[in-house]
Order: sequence, then C-alpha cells, then structure tokens
Amino acid sequence: MLCDFCKENEATVHFSQVVGDKVSKIDICETCAKAKGFTDPGNISMLGDVLGEFGAGQMTPESEGLRCPVCGFTQANFKKQGRLGCSACYDTFEPGLKPLLKAMHKGERHVGKTPRKVATSQESSEHLKQLEKELSRAIKDERFEQAAQLRDEIRALQVKANPGSLV
Amino acid sequence: MKTSDTHAEGEVDGGRLVVMSSRVRLARNLSGTPFPGWAKKAERQKSLESIKAVARILPEMNGALVRSMDEFTAIEKQLLVERHLISREHAAKTVGSGVVISESEVISLMINEEDHLRMQALMPGFCLREVWQVIDRVDSELEEQLNYAYSPKLGYLTACPTNVGTGMRASAMLHLPALVLAEQINQIIQAVNKLGLAVRGLYGEGTEASGNLFQVSNQTTLGEREEDLIERLNKVILQIIEHEKNARLALMEKRPQMIYDQIGRAYGVLGNACVQSSKEAMNLLSMLRLGLDLGLIRGLDCKRIDDMFLLTQPAHLQKHVNQKLTAEQRDMTRASLLRDTLKDVSRPKTMSFSPPESTEPDHENQPGAA
Repeated sequence: MLCDFCKENEATVHFSQVVGDKVSKIDICETCAKAKGFTDPGNISMLGDVLGEFGAGQMTPESEGLRCPVCGFTQANFKKQGRLGCSACYDTFEPGLKPLLKAMHKGERHVGKTPRKVATSQESSEHLKQLEKELSRAIKDERFEQAAQLRDEIRALQVKANPGSLV
Repeated sequence: MKTSDTHAEGEVDGGRLVVMSSRVRLARNLSGTPFPGWAKKAERQKSLESIKAVARILPEMNGALVRSMDEFTAIEKQLLVERHLISREHAAKTVGSGVVISESEVISLMINEEDHLRMQALMPGFCLREVWQVIDRVDSELEEQLNYAYSPKLGYLTACPTNVGTGMRASAMLHLPALVLAEQINQIIQAVNKLGLAVRGLYGEGTEASGNLFQVSNQTTLGEREEDLIERLNKVILQIIEHEKNARLALMEKRPQMIYDQIGRAYGVLGNACVQSSKEAMNLLSMLRLGLDLGLIRGLDCKRIDDMFLLTQPAHLQKHVNQKLTAEQRDMTRASLLRDTLKDVSRPKTMSFSPPESTEPDHENQPGAA
C-alpha cells in the first residue's frame, strides 16, 4: 500500500492510535517518516501530531475549492500547512473540519472556560429572553401595568446593548 | 487541595522524587486578524505591538523581559529554549514575533508563534492545579484588554485544529530512571497513550528521552473542562509515580548490583572525565539523581544536581564562561564544571559479592574519602 503522505512510496511503517473507542491509522513510507522526525518507534506519542497533520489532508470533497472570504485561505493551503488561516476558517471549512475534530478530540463541543466578555453578553441575552417571555405572559393574563414595566425594562437593556440605535 | 485519592497534589511526591516540573500552556488568538502563519508581516507587527503593550503592564509582569525575537542573539534564544521558556519553533522566529517573560520566569508569553498568544506557567515539582490557576488568571487579565477569537461551540479558536477548545496543553516532566533500567518504560508509555495522553522525551519534540526525563501531557483539547483535564492528568501521574517507586524498590531488592554499578560509574565518569558529551552527561546525572534519591550518595543536594541538568546544556555553558565555544570546547567546559561539582562528594555506597555463607551484601562505605 502507498504512503498516506507522499502517495508515491510503498508504506513500510504502520501506526494505529486508539483513543477510547476511536481508531486512527496511518501508513507511511520511510522517507516521510524521517522527514516528519518520526524515527523512534518507542515514541508513539508523536503519532498525535502526525495524525493532526495528516488529518488536514483528509478533508472531504464537499470542501474542495472552498476559500475563506475573510482571509483567502484555501483547503489546499490547509492540506499543505496543517493549520488554518483565521478564525473565520472554522466556519468556512466547517463540513470538512467536523469529522476531523471528532476523530482528534474527546468531544465535539467546547465545555471549558469562557472569556468573561462572552459570558456576560450570553447572560444578558438570556436575561432578555426571560423578560420577553414574562412580557408575553403578562399581556396574555391582561396584567397591563406589569407588561408596561417589563416593556420598559426590555427597551432599556436593548439600548444598553446597542447604544445609538432606536428601538 | 485534596484529590479524590488520599494525597494532595504536591505532597505525595515529597521532595520532587519523580516530578521535576509542571506546566500549563494556553493558546489564544486575537479575533479579526489572520493567524500568525498566514498573516502578512505588517499584520504580525501590529498584533505583536498590541499584545506586548497589554502584557507588559500586567501585575505579574513587573520587571518582565519584553523583547521582539530579532533583538536576541542565537545564544540568548537557545538559553530560553533550554529553560523551557520558549519553543524551538519560536527561537527560529525573528521580526514580528516576541516574548514577555516574568522576572521569576514562572510565566512566559510567546507572541506570534503558531498562535498569536501562547502563554505558559512553569513551576518546579508536582503542582499542575496551582500552575493552571496562575495562567488562568493571566489569561483572564489579558482577555480584558484584548478580543480573543472564540466560538461558543468550538471554544478558543487556534491555528491548528488539534488545539481548539480549551487551547490547553498541561504537562509534567517526570524522571523515570528505574522504569528505564527495568525495561518497563515502553509498557508504561503504551498504557499512558491508551489513556489519551502523550509521552515525549526531553524538550517535548519526539526526541529520544535523554536523562530518563519524560514529558507527560494531554493530547485532546476539545470536549473536556480544564479542571477535569488536569484531574485526569494528575491521576495518571500519581500512578506513574507509584510504578517508578515500585521499580526502584524491586531493582534494589532483586538486582542491587546493577544500581550500585550505574551510580558508581556515573560518579566515576562525571568526577573525572576531561571531555564530556551532553547526551552522556544527561544520562549520568540521571543516575546520580537516582543515587541521591536512594540515599546512596552524600554531600550533594538535589537542587545542585537538578541545576546541573540545565547548566550543562550548550547555551548555558557558553553563558557560564561568557564566550562562544566550539563543540569540543563545550565538552571540555562541561567536564570541568561537573568535576568541580563532584570534587567534595564522597564515593557512593557500593557492594561486593559475598561468598554463599553470609546472606547480606558487604557494604563498603568510606566517608570523607576524596
């Protein structure tokens, strides 16, 4: 079988990685193995990096010919460098990236730290949604005085979030 | 701070028996500008300046080293690599990349390496939770002044998808001489790999493990909370520590002559060589360290040996004598530094073969002999 990287030489080195129940395999020729610095069979941990690089070449045909509108990065660039061009690339190449991320990581969604700015804006949009719910309930129950209060509170928050806009 | 096991994180390893250092690195990028590998030179200059301006005024960065990479000589950069403050990749950068390193050298920020910001906290011993708290605080302080590239679904967006999510690489440097001598190290590495963690030789780049030093780190960054990642790593490290301790006991019990021999030779060579290679020095120092841990060497403290691991590195040697040296000159300087370190240290304990009547090995101990 041919080397997964250069697709020219015969693959003589075969690696498989098992993370949980995910199996990832690559077959690589000696030349590419040396080029990647992957010479010590005892150092299996490098596999993660090599897989990451290789993963770049695994993007599905859907994303062929795609180009990031923000930075101009193409899938061919990704294949070559193994890295993306800008944050927008994650949206641009989403279909191709999704299976890659799934294979590489423990989960598909981020569950860790959130930047404080993002957290507070998330909180305030949730707070807004809650107020709007209460407003429609108040109207339904014909509690118009309360509805008026809620409407004013909502307006105040919206102005705060978008200063200078007319709501 | 106690884990669900019996010991608090740092206590179990009492005196840095196995864990030499702990490190947490976070990868962050600015939003609205391309990642450093794709950005144009002017864009990199701009992001370098904005990040430098914000980083240098953090409370932790009082008296910090703030530099653009083109302001360093090659040896200065190599010194930073040897101290684990920058990566080799970063040392190769010049204009458009920079560093902000705290005076204590605990916190180091690389600007425009693979990502706009690679920040790390590095401390001696087994203290991953503490090191995470330190860098978490720095990260939050920076985030107040900068706009990070972040998506609620994928987390912190990084140049390489292998880092997306938490952008965190937590690692510890472990000294595992007994596991190597007992030829159990490959089993351990494979078992650790199966648990989704990576094991690398010194300086973390797929190099062979010199000095019996191994870096254990997480491999995945998405789908797990930072605290859980650290707990997972802690648990595995605790197990590796147990294995190393058991291997030491087993070797001393079943093949003590091998241990005494390795330590004796290390003492002999390091104490007398005229030309000493870096690679051999690392391995011999590892044996001395083992000898110290086992109580077989007196007159040398832990810190001095651990310092030697660093001071015998090429750039540190050249700094020590304040001049550039050729390879052979370095080997001679290294040898003389090591001879000097060992000159007042007595010979380590050893054993001789005893005829079948007596059951105990005959320990030769000559205190005070030069």
